[in-house]
Amino acid sequence: MARNSGVKNGRKEMSARRTKSVLSRGWQIVLLPFWSTSALWAVGPDGTPSNGTNIFSPASTPAKSIADLSIFVLVITGIIFVVVFALLFYSVVKFRMRAMDAGREPAQVYGSTQIELAWTIIPTLIVVVLFLATARVIHAVQDAPEPSDAVEVTVIGHQYWWEFRYPKLGIVTANELHIPVSNPSHPTPTFLQLLSVDTDHSFWAPELAGKTDLIPNHPNRMWVDPQRTGVFLGQCAQYCGTQHAKMLLRISVDGPEDFANWVRAQQRPGVEDAGAIAGRRVFERNACMNCHAVGGTPADGRFGPDLTHLMSRTTIAAGAAENTRDNLRLWIQNPSAIKPGSLMPAMKLNVADLDAVVSYMQTLH
Amino acid sequence: MSTATASLPNTVPAWDLPSRGKVAMAGLIIAESAIFTIFIVAYLFYLGKAITGPTPREVLETPIFYTICLLSSSLTIHLAAKFLARGITFAFLGFWLLTIALGGLFLCGTAQEWHRVIYEHGLTISTNLFGTTYYSLVGLHGFHVTAGLIMLTIVAVFGLSGRVGVEQSGHIEVLSMYWHFVDAVWVVVFTVVYVLGL
Amino acid sequence: MSSNVITVSVGQTDAKPWVDELHQWLATVDHKRLGILYIVSALMFLVIGGVEALIIRIQLMHSHNNFVSPEVFNRMFTMHGTTMIFFVAMPVLFGFANYLVPLMIGARDMAFPRLNAFSFWLSFFGALLLYFSFLGGSGLYGAGNAPDVGWWSYAPLGAQAFSPGHSSDYWTLSLLVSGFGSIGTAINIIATILCLRCPGMKLNRMPLFAWLNLVMAGMVLIAITPLSAAQIMLLIDRYLGGHFFDTQAGGSAVLWMHFFWIFGHPEVYVLIIPCFAFMSEIIPVFSRKPIFGYPVMVAATVCIAFVSMSVWAHHMFTIGMNSYANSFFTLTTMVVGVPTGIKIFNWIGTMWGGRIQFKTPMLFSIGFLFQFLIAGLTGIMMAASPFDWQLSLSYFVVAHFHYVIVGGILFALFGAFYYWYPKMTGRMLSESLGKWHFWLFLIGFHLTFDVMHVPGILGMPRRIYTYEPSRGWDTLNFIISIGAFIQALAILVFVANLIVSYFKGDKAGNDPWDAWTLEWSVSSPPPAYNFATVPTVASRRPLWDHKHPEDPDSRYE
Repeated sequence: MARNSGVKNGRKEMSARRTKSVLSRGWQIVLLPFWSTSALWAVGPDGTPSNGTNIFSPASTPAKSIADLSIFVLVITGIIFVVVFALLFYSVVKFRMRAMDAGREPAQVYGSTQIELAWTIIPTLIVVVLFLATARVIHAVQDAPEPSDAVEVTVIGHQYWWEFRYPKLGIVTANELHIPVSNPSHPTPTFLQLLSVDTDHSFWAPELAGKTDLIPNHPNRMWVDPQRTGVFLGQCAQYCGTQHAKMLLRISVDGPEDFANWVRAQQRPGVEDAGAIAGRRVFERNACMNCHAVGGTPADGRFGPDLTHLMSRTTIAAGAAENTRDNLRLWIQNPSAIKPGSLMPAMKLNVADLDAVVSYMQTLH
Repeated sequence: MSTATASLPNTVPAWDLPSRGKVAMAGLIIAESAIFTIFIVAYLFYLGKAITGPTPREVLETPIFYTICLLSSSLTIHLAAKFLARGITFAFLGFWLLTIALGGLFLCGTAQEWHRVIYEHGLTISTNLFGTTYYSLVGLHGFHVTAGLIMLTIVAVFGLSGRVGVEQSGHIEVLSMYWHFVDAVWVVVFTVVYVLGL
Repeated sequence: MSSNVITVSVGQTDAKPWVDELHQWLATVDHKRLGILYIVSALMFLVIGGVEALIIRIQLMHSHNNFVSPEVFNRMFTMHGTTMIFFVAMPVLFGFANYLVPLMIGARDMAFPRLNAFSFWLSFFGALLLYFSFLGGSGLYGAGNAPDVGWWSYAPLGAQAFSPGHSSDYWTLSLLVSGFGSIGTAINIIATILCLRCPGMKLNRMPLFAWLNLVMAGMVLIAITPLSAAQIMLLIDRYLGGHFFDTQAGGSAVLWMHFFWIFGHPEVYVLIIPCFAFMSEIIPVFSRKPIFGYPVMVAATVCIAFVSMSVWAHHMFTIGMNSYANSFFTLTTMVVGVPTGIKIFNWIGTMWGGRIQFKTPMLFSIGFLFQFLIAGLTGIMMAASPFDWQLSLSYFVVAHFHYVIVGGILFALFGAFYYWYPKMTGRMLSESLGKWHFWLFLIGFHLTFDVMHVPGILGMPRRIYTYEPSRGWDTLNFIISIGAFIQALAILVFVANLIVSYFKGDKAGNDPWDAWTLEWSVSSPPPAYNFATVPTVASRRPLWDHKHPEDPDSRYE
């Protein structure tokens, strides 16, 4: 029986492959901290430093519990990997065919009951440990009771923007969420109820919490208690249609005073600027008010974002563009230029009307 | 090539494997059961969840007579198969045709019920959740009854022209497995729709 | 690839022989030819699905890229996923099962040859139907183009209201049609294995390949059918005004998810179990030892089949199930890792104490073991549902399942190609091209899919046609895309190998690998009737007994 003569090459190839794999995994472990901190240097459009979207930089209790559990799981699976990989590596190196083996078959071993038992029982025990650790976190996060003074936000998913309502505060806004920072010794969490008017969406701000889906006819609930101020980023994570990629989240965690100021500003009715009356007429006489609302005016459409305090937001079109005059103008003139597939129609206004309505928008602080 | 076996030269160990027709039909029945299970789960899940329109109680009347027809057809097909296995083709044909008649009666019953429900109560598949799940489940079953009746009729045609004899007994048994399955599904559908759902 | 058919010309000229050859292929009911038809059509769709992947990767190479529009991108990932699962992985595995099962159990063909052919053509036409969607509408931007609802078509996105036109319908119908083909093949495999084994081949003497395909076929019967049921319900919703998944009428989007994943999870086991079958045949031969723990391997596979029917909602950890449901599915998902791990240990146990030959099939098998281990471990990570609340719907999941499907399934398939191509064609595949294929693919695979875990950890969701530059995902995505091109290059080397070796490869003979199962006892390729006389077997490795009459397996079993 002929045996192959490529044994020597095989040995070199295999150890080269093993070395390469060990090196590539080693680099990943070394580089991961770099990758995770690199995002921290990002800065948002209004100059405030934003946090990243790294699940291992948690700033809120749900995200922290998850990160801690994750490290535990990673350690256990890491140990399993090292052990099994070592066995594989060893067997590939030690039991490779050598030239002197040609023509002889090794001992034909059919199995071993003790070994089978061992490698059934040990993994089962590992599963039990992992499960118990996990079940604790599941209950801690999902079944956390809501304190009576928690801030309540109703999040309503739309194709392709976020509606935020604060039922206890009488606020309706869109795309940029403001919530108070929470002091760990006296927590002030925010509880979010998640609804949808059309398809499935998912609310994911990785540094604040795991994601929870927004499913029509299936209300969901989640909570966060961010422990540092700043802007936290996220986006829709459940494919919801053409512009799923541009349904971004911008969550501003404010200190108590800033939050109170923001709430007060949002609770005011829409600014009535006499200089923008022409633009307001354009807004009300075209189809704009069918979809959009401006507090204190007849415009009360709910299909699109509430524009009462549009200028308090740093971005438009759910984060697709910065909130500047030029972008606003382009958006109203031709939404497809910024977000093709969004459900806002091109309004086809003439230049004068367009400029007037943009000026009006810019008065809505 | 053959390998030397450990047995003595003149003894060949018996090698009996199941009939492939029966195994295949069992496989088909398992697969179809899974499909029906999903429709039944949907039916049960949506009980009481329709937001408008007629409810089961307002609309359904328990089809006792037609159920008896269908379930007795299981008995008649069983007898038909038994007679064929013994080569008594005349009795086989008689019970076979009776099976088809009973199955046909069942379908007429379904048609009658649907006619009444549509025209007297205005319930269609698009009316509400109950309409959707009811017509889908009963309709899926009725479709399987129809497919079975077509196969039974084809066999009846062959039988009437003298081409079905004791050699075809295996095939007839496989077909009757299908028919029993259809009946068993009706037992479940009947329980879910007319007993649990009302 | 013709079988050894002896033709007697009766004074006719050889007018148009290729037409006859074509007719033979189109009208065949021979399991070997149907197997090859499945495999070749799967390879075709592998290339097409691969092109779709490359389009995705070019678009994602850097942030705010404009290579394709969002509409086209969404169609690309939908078609890529649907194609790869339903028209590459399933057909190629059915193809190998079709070709090898009768040969391995000493039968002359499958139990129902005509059903076999019908099932293949159903599957193939289903694929054509899916791709017809590109044409069957009003051009690239009209409704009626290729589906863009993702390969799960979650409700209510798949409803008429959100997917007008016919693109969703092509998706639904093509899967319904090919699903019936799959059920036909599964029934055929079960009937063949239970009813057509040669004398002496008791169930506990069957090659593991046959056992695992039996388990796979049983799973197909109860896994594919929930999807068929859900597709019928979707069609009723879309065309008869039904409300199964109409949330405005009280319907439930979550119910679609349950139905889909009750199919979707066992489906991935349907895909991996035949690959376990390949490994269980290849690793022993190239380690020169029998499989370690044959009965445990069978039991573990059956265990996996059962437990895998209870884990489906781990795809739904984020949809808001209560903590008890989440805990239950966390537990079952972790539990299914135990028998899976046992199988990995048994393969290593097979190699242990052996004399390992590093031919190309074995290289791919070792790659499989390494990668399937990692894929299984990232699966355990996501089984912990809180961890999954972060990782789900992100590129971590995409990395995980590509690790299983490409690093596991495709590597095992490559091993199977190199191992059985000689049997199917009579020629050996080139070992040097094989090694090029292996190393290029390994490098490209790891470059892409090792790195891909990181954007997921850094918050990158899946199914997005572009991403923001400030997220810090640019470099990672660039590296991932480079790896994709390297893999594409490796596939080209593979295809070249398949073609060149067909004409120039070394003649294989009956048994080029010195293996032990019945398919190696007949010529390469086998005659149309498989065996001149139906064999009788006395052990799990009939050819080992034949080659080692002084030390047959039958003495120890």
